[in-house]
Amino acid sequence: MTIAASFKKRLKYFDLDISFSYEKKNLMVMIGPSGGGKTTIIRMLAGLEKPEEGRLVFGDEVWFDSVRGINIAPQKRRLGYVFQDYNLFPHLNLFDNAAFAAVDKKEVDELFEIFKIDHLKKRKPHMVSGGERQRCAICQALARHPRILLLDEPFSALDAITRRGLREELKHLKKKMSFPIIYVTHDITEALYLADELLPVVEGKIDDQWMQRMITREPSAEVALRAAREPRLTLVY
Amino acid sequence: MDYLALYVTLKLALVTTVFLMMIAAPIAYALAYYRFAGKSFLEALIYLPMALPPTVIGFYLIIAMGPKGFIGKTWGMITGGSLLFTFIGITFASIIYSIPFAVQPMKAAFSKIDRRLLEAAYVLGLSKKATFFRVIIPNSVSGIAAAAILVFLHSIGAFGVLLMVGGSVPGQTKVASIAIYEAVEMMNYQAAGMIALSFIPISYAFLLLVNKLNEGART
Repeated sequence: MTIAASFKKRLKYFDLDISFSYEKKNLMVMIGPSGGGKTTIIRMLAGLEKPEEGRLVFGDEVWFDSVRGINIAPQKRRLGYVFQDYNLFPHLNLFDNAAFAAVDKKEVDELFEIFKIDHLKKRKPHMVSGGERQRCAICQALARHPRILLLDEPFSALDAITRRGLREELKHLKKKMSFPIIYVTHDITEALYLADELLPVVEGKIDDQWMQRMITREPSAEVALRAAREPRLTLVY
Repeated sequence: MDYLALYVTLKLALVTTVFLMMIAAPIAYALAYYRFAGKSFLEALIYLPMALPPTVIGFYLIIAMGPKGFIGKTWGMITGGSLLFTFIGITFASIIYSIPFAVQPMKAAFSKIDRRLLEAAYVLGLSKKATFFRVIIPNSVSGIAAAAILVFLHSIGAFGVLLMVGGSVPGQTKVASIAIYEAVEMMNYQAAGMIALSFIPISYAFLLLVNKLNEGART
C-alpha cells in the first residue's frame, strides 16, 4: 500500500509544508525536534486535523483532497493510532479496552500473550504501570486490524529501561506486521535503532541534514539550539 | 397527613428528573464540545431560571401557557385541553425551573473528559453517537447522577412557580410545599409540621449521596 501525502497548514510558529510518499511494509521513523510539527502530520494522517491545502492518498483511496473537497472521517480510515498516553478508556479494564474495536475478540487473548500482559486483563488502566498501559494500547490498535499503524512517541513517557525493552519488542514485532508503521520520535538513538526509513521533520519541512547536524553538534544552526533542549542523554542507550 | 400532596410531589419530581435529564444531555454536550456564535448568550439564557425569582418565572409561564400564549395555544390545538392547573402544566413549569441544575453539572462532567479519549474512540471507528454512549456517558456517571439528584431535590422544593402555574388542585397540582403553606394559613400547625418533617430525611439523604458522588468524581 502506498501512502502519498502532501500537507500545507499555517501553524503558530511556522508554516507546515511537507510532502512524502512511502510504500513498503516497513517502519518509517518521523524524527525531529519537539514542536516541529510531527504530531500535526500524524493527526492529519489520522483525519483528526485538517490541512489547509493538500492531498492524502492511501492505496487507491483518496483520504483527503483540498481541491476536490474530500475529507474522509477518522472512523473510516481504519488505522491504528497510539498516543504518548491517554489511549485507554479509564472505565474499562485492559481486556475490554483492547477488545473495544476488535475485529475478533479471540485475537485479543493472543495479543495479550505476545505483549505479556495476559495476567492483567481484569485490571483498570490506572492500576497498571505506564509500560503495561502502552502495551495494551498497542494491542488495542492491532486488534482492529489496522491498514497502517501510527505510533506517536508511544514510549517517551516511560522510564529508560522500560522504553528500551519495548523498543526491542517493537523491532522484533515489526517483521511480523503486514502493514506499514509510522513511528514518531525526537530521540535519535531510538530512530536509528528502529527505522527502515527516516523522515526528518524540522519546523514543518523535511530537513535531511538535521540528524547529521545533531550528531556532529554543529552549533551554528538555529535548529540545533532548539534541539539542545532535547534529552541528549538518550544517546547513551 | 396529606399523603396525596406528598405523592404528587414525588411523582412530579420523578417525572421532571426523567424528562429533564433527556432534554439536558444534548444541551450539555453541545455546550461542552462545540463552539458556535452566541454560545455564551445561550448558556446564560439556560441558566437564567436559577437567577430569577420563581414568581417571575411563574408569571411568564402563565402568559406562555395560558390559552392565548404560544405554548398554551399549541397544546390546546393538539389535545383540546388547558395546560394551566394540570399536572402536565406543572411538570412543564418544573422542567423550565430546574434546567440549570441539570445542564450545569452535566456540562462540567462532560468537559472534564479528555478530548484525546474521544479522538481515540473516533480513530477506533466509533461514530460521535456511539462515542457519546460508550465513552462519554460511562466516564461521567457521577456527574450525571449528581445532576439527576439536584434536579430531583430542586423539584421537590419548588413552590412559587407551581403555585402560580398550577394553583392547588388536590391530586393534580397540590404538591407538599403548597400543602404546608395552606395548612399554615389555616393555622393547622400539626398538619404542616408532619409534612415538613417528612421532607428532612429525604432531602438530607440525597444531599449526602451528592457529596459522595462528588468525592468519587474527584479521586
